[in-house]
Amino acid sequence: MSDWTSVLVGDPRADRMVPKTGFTVQLTVFSAAAMAFLAVFALALSLATERLADRWSAELARTSTLRISAPQDQIAAQTEAALRVLQTTPGVGSARALSDEEQIALLEPWFGPDLPVASLPIPRLIEIVETGDGFDATGLRARLQAEVPGAVLDDHTRWRAPLVAAADRLRSLGYISLALIGGATAAMITLAAQAALSANAQVIRVMRLVGATDAFIAGAFVRRFTLRAFAGAAFGAISGAAGIFFLPEADVAGGFLTGLGFEGLHWLWPLAIPPLAGFVAYVATRAAAFRRLREQS
Amino acid sequence: MIELERVAYTYGGAELFADLSMTLAPGSFHFLTGPSGVGKTTLLKMCYGELIATSGMVRIFGQNSREMDRDQIALARRRIGVVHQDCQFQDHLPMAENVALPLTVCGRQEEADEYLSDLLAWVGLSDQAGQLPPQLSGGERQRAALARAVIMSPEVVIADEPTGNIDWEMSQRLLTLLVELNKMGKTVLVATHDLNLIRAAKTQVSARVLRLRGGQLQAAGAEL
Ligand SMILES: Nc1ncnc2c1ncn2[C@@H]1O[C@H](COP(=O)(O)OP(=O)(O)OP(=O)(O)O)[C@@H](O)[C@H]1O
Ligand SMILES: [Mg+2]
Repeated sequence: MSDWTSVLVGDPRADRMVPKTGFTVQLTVFSAAAMAFLAVFALALSLATERLADRWSAELARTSTLRISAPQDQIAAQTEAALRVLQTTPGVGSARALSDEEQIALLEPWFGPDLPVASLPIPRLIEIVETGDGFDATGLRARLQAEVPGAVLDDHTRWRAPLVAAADRLRSLGYISLALIGGATAAMITLAAQAALSANAQVIRVMRLVGATDAFIAGAFVRRFTLRAFAGAAFGAISGAAGIFFLPEADVAGGFLTGLGFEGLHWLWPLAIPPLAGFVAYVATRAAAFRRLREQS
Repeated sequence: MIELERVAYTYGGAELFADLSMTLAPGSFHFLTGPSGVGKTTLLKMCYGELIATSGMVRIFGQNSREMDRDQIALARRRIGVVHQDCQFQDHLPMAENVALPLTVCGRQEEADEYLSDLLAWVGLSDQAGQLPPQLSGGERQRAALARAVIMSPEVVIADEPTGNIDWEMSQRLLTLLVELNKMGKTVLVATHDLNLIRAAKTQVSARVLRLRGGQLQAAGAEL
């Protein structure tokens, strides 16, 4: 804990122990900024696909259709039977047979207004509105098969599932990218810290000789790299967030692109990137420093 | 304070000494002398835990140095002020900050503001406080190193060739500083091959002279 406070508050005189090495410092700031910039987009992608997946599964899961295909004289009876079954099925909010007019309206775009519905063997459609988690499609199919031989349940899962799966996959890829960005940041900061530790071998030696503990020596480097990573990441995250904020407004119907970006409280997520980058730098530098100090006598 | 018991030290394959014993009692003043390359610096490094004996035992404030961890060594070094043969400064920091370094690394910088100007006056370096170590003369560097060695008010002061780079008059002044420290109760160990310095010291303080030669440590007698 005291390590954290000394990193945050800092001690300018202790900080002077290690000479400023411009190059590694600039590299650290730059790579932290670049990684934070990328992280904002990976985050936006993940959150957008998450929203998309939620929306798709929510909208598509709400309704299903039951189709009764039977000889004309049995349709009415089977429809009755099917509605009875549905009324006693858990997860079904309401079930309603479409009227002739509604069915004609559905078919009209394809067959024109003069369709002789009455004389055609058109199946009867029952619209099911689900509640909560929906119903158990397999169980319902089994019951319908026994009681309503002409019923075909179309619960949309068939074509909903791949879409949602794709969105889930995309979201996972976004999170994997975030993890990789974090790992790459840690790797780069480790390399930069090791370069700084090597360049300052004599400085470290003198500190050891006058009684500095490993924690103190590591602290001088940790503080520097943590602050640089934080500053770089803050710059990168703000740039990335600004880039997303000023994305051209796509049409609402534009679907996916419209969704890329942050909504509401999700705008707070990019704010988490600089502290996270600082934390990654803290851990990476500390590990590198202690490893190096143990190797040097 | 510091005891060496049947200590051997070997660099790679080359054995420097095989069976050395020495005790620095509190308040004592020791000179360590001997030809160049015989292992004086090596012996001093074992006394403050920079080198660990190949065999035998070095006890620093009663602790076996082989069993001390890195933090314990660091803490012991705060109680031992060392003037290194090559001074060991941070070249990017002004001399005054170098002198205050032992306080800085243990989080006691505030005390530096108290002691530093008196201490620099004591070693005659008040005007050079802001200079970087490479800008100092050899003698100034060695006096600064002595100031750094004593700023923590250590119980033991170890000086490795503290008069290596300086003229006779300045050597005398430095010796006087070391004698003053000893009179304040510090244990002092000085490695030098300057026999005149040892002779001068013997008029001011009762110092024991140890001669390292051929891997053996002998008490030098009246011939000095
Ligand atoms: N790190 C090392 N690796 C290998 N050999 C070393 C090392 N340091 C010192 N030596 C050797 O050990 C021997 C003793 O060195 P040391 O520095 O202790 O001598 P010294 O008595 O202090 O000499 P001087 O009076 O010149 O300072 C020398 O022959 C030196 O070459
Ligand atoms: Mg030497």
